[in-house]
Amino acid sequence: MSLLIENLHATLEDGTPILNGVNLEIPAGEVHAIMGPNGSGKSTLSKVISGHESYVVTAGSVTLDGVDLLEMDIDQRSRAGVFLAFQYPAEVPGVSNANFIRAALQARLPKGQDIDAVAYYKNLYSKMDLLEMDRKFTARSVNEGFSGGEKKRNEILQLMMLEPKYSILDETDSGLDIDALKIVAKGVNAMRSPDRGFLLITHYQRLLDYIAPDYVHVMAGGQIVRSGGPELALELEQNGYDFLKELAPA
Amino acid sequence: MFPQWFATAQADAWASFQSLPAPRRGDEAWRFSTISALDFSSFTRAEFRGEASEWIARSTGVADAAATLVFVNDTLVHSQSRLPDGVICLPLAEALIQQPDLVQQYFMRHPTTLGSAKFSALHAAHVSNGVFLYVPAGVVVQDPVQIFHWADGDSSTILPHTLLVTGEGASVRVIETFQSTDDRAATLTIAVNDLIAEKNSTLDYVVVQALNQNSKIISINASDVAKAATSTSFLLSTGAAWARSESISRLTGEEARSYMLAVSVPSHDQEYDQRTFQHHISPGAYSDLLYKNSLYDESRTIFSGLIFVDEGAHRTDAYQTCRNLLMSNTCEANSMPGLEINADDVKCSHGSTSAQISDEEIFYLRARGIDSDTARQLIARGFSIEVISRLNHDATEAYVLNFLDQKFATLRMRDVR
Repeated sequence: MSLLIENLHATLEDGTPILNGVNLEIPAGEVHAIMGPNGSGKSTLSKVISGHESYVVTAGSVTLDGVDLLEMDIDQRSRAGVFLAFQYPAEVPGVSNANFIRAALQARLPKGQDIDAVAYYKNLYSKMDLLEMDRKFTARSVNEGFSGGEKKRNEILQLMMLEPKYSILDETDSGLDIDALKIVAKGVNAMRSPDRGFLLITHYQRLLDYIAPDYVHVMAGGQIVRSGGPELALELEQNGYDFLKELAPA
Repeated sequence: MFPQWFATAQADAWASFQSLPAPRRGDEAWRFSTISALDFSSFTRAEFRGEASEWIARSTGVADAAATLVFVNDTLVHSQSRLPDGVICLPLAEALIQQPDLVQQYFMRHPTTLGSAKFSALHAAHVSNGVFLYVPAGVVVQDPVQIFHWADGDSSTILPHTLLVTGEGASVRVIETFQSTDDRAATLTIAVNDLIAEKNSTLDYVVVQALNQNSKIISINASDVAKAATSTSFLLSTGAAWARSESISRLTGEEARSYMLAVSVPSHDQEYDQRTFQHHISPGAYSDLLYKNSLYDESRTIFSGLIFVDEGAHRTDAYQTCRNLLMSNTCEANSMPGLEINADDVKCSHGSTSAQISDEEIFYLRARGIDSDTARQLIARGFSIEVISRLNHDATEAYVLNFLDQKFATLRMRDVR
C-alpha cells in the first residue's frame, strides 16, 4: 500500500519542463518530507499528483495502492484518497465552510444516500475543537477574509473530515506563527495511522520539529536528488542547499 | 364605486398611453434591449373564473406570515391576516373604496422616468387590483406579509399594483411572488410597486419572479426614503422569457438608507433588462446597489444604472455594483454603470464586472472530490447567496433560496449528459 511516483515528467502547457523524472514512494503509515530551494518543483509535484490542468504529464506514473491516478479526473483522485492541503487555498464567496465540507463528503457517498446532518456537525465540531477553530467558521464563506493561519487550519480541518489515505501538505507551515504551527501539527499528528501516508512539502526544518518525518528528500531541478532520515533536515537547516551545486546535472 | 380621482387618473393615464411613443431602437433608455419583445399585441385583459384552490394551496411562503394574499389574474382568491391593530392591508380594489383619501395620497405620485412611461400609463389606465399596505407610525410588524400573484391562461395580461407605506418609526417586510399556473401559457405582467418609507421607518420589499419561460414582465419599482428611514428592495429573477425591471430610489432625508439588491439566473434565451436610478435629493443619505447575474446558455442581461446626486446633496454616500458571472460562452452581459455628481464631499463608487468562474476556484473544489458540474453550481449559488444573505432574515432568505435552487435544479437536469 503506497503512493508510488515513478519517473514522473511534467511540463507547463508551453512545454517548459518542471518535473524531470521524480521517483518517490510513500508507503501507508509513513511521513515523508520534501525540502528544496524555490523553483525546484516541489509545489508542482503536489499539483500534478492532484491533477491540476496547468501541467502536462509527459512520462512516468503515479499510482495509489496500485491504481493509476493519472487516468483519473481531479475530483476522482480526491475521492480515491489523495488530499492536497493548498499553500494558497482559494476563497469561495457565498459558500459556507460547513456546506463546502459537507458537499465534499456527500460526493463520496453513493447516489441517493445523504449525509446524516446531526452526525456530520458533531464530527465537524469535534475536529474544529481540536484545531481550536471558533464555531463561527462553519457559517463563514470558505476562506474568505480568513487570515493566513486560519486558512491553513481550515485546510487541516478538511483533511481531518475527509480522512484521505495520502495527504500532501504544500508549505502548510509558511506564514504560521509558532502557536498556529503547533495546532496544525496536532491535527496532522492526530491523523497519523498505519493506513495513511503523508508528504510534507516545506522550506524549513521547523515544521518537522512538530511533525516528525520518517524520511526526508531533497528536490532540485525537478528531481529527488537526495534522500535520508530526519537528520537530513537538520543538516539542510545548518548547511543550506550549497551541496546542490556539486550535484547539479549539466 | 371607485373614487372620482381614481377614475380621472385612469382616464388621463389612458390618454397618456395613447399619446406616448413606443420605445424605439436607439432610445437610450432601451439601449441593448430587444425592442421586438415589446410587441404586446397578442395580449388581452385577463379574466379568471376558474377554481383557485390549487393555487391557494401552492401559495406556501414562510411559516409565520403576518398576512397572506393570493391573486390569480389580479382576482383576490384568498386572504388571511393577523396584522397588528391599525395596519391597513387591503386588496387595492377595496382600499380604493374604504380608504380613498389615503390611497390617493400615495398612488403613483411620481412619473416613470426610466423608459417604461408608456407601460406605466397602461398599468395606471387599467389597474384594478393589487395590495395597499399601510403601517401607521410606530407599528412594527414582526413577521412578513406575503403576496402571491399567479398568471393564468395564454395571452393574459395582469396589472398588479403594490403600494407599501410605513409611517414614522414603523417597520414591515413584504414578500411578493410572481408565478404562472402552468409552464406553457404566455402571459404579460405589468407590475408597479411603490414603496414609501416615512421618517425613521424600515421597509423591506422582497420580490421573487418565477414566471414560466414563455411569459413577459415589466416591473416598475420606486422607493421614497425619508429622513433616517431604511428601505430594501430585493428582486430574484429566475423566470420569464423577457423581463424588464426599472427601479428608482429617491432619498429625500438625511440618513435615509436605500439598499437595492437583485439576483438573476437567466438561462436558455431569457433576457433580463435592468435599469436603476439612485437619486440623492437630500444631503447625508446613503444608497447601496448590488445586482448579480449568473448567465447560462444564450441568455442576455442588460444593466444600466445611474447614481444621481442633486445640487446640495452633500455628504452623499452612494455605491453601485453590477457583477455578472458568465456560465457559458454564448451568454451576453451588458453593463452601463453611471454616475452624475452635482454636490461636494460625496463618496460614490460604481463598478461592473463580468467574469467566468476562475480555474483556481474550480480546482480547489474538485480537489476536494466535488465533480465539476456540482462545483460550478456551488460557486454560482454562492455568488448569488452573497446578495441574498443581505436580507438579514432567515425565513425570507430560505424562501428565496428555495426558488434559486429550483432554478439550479432545472439547469442541472438539463446538464446531465
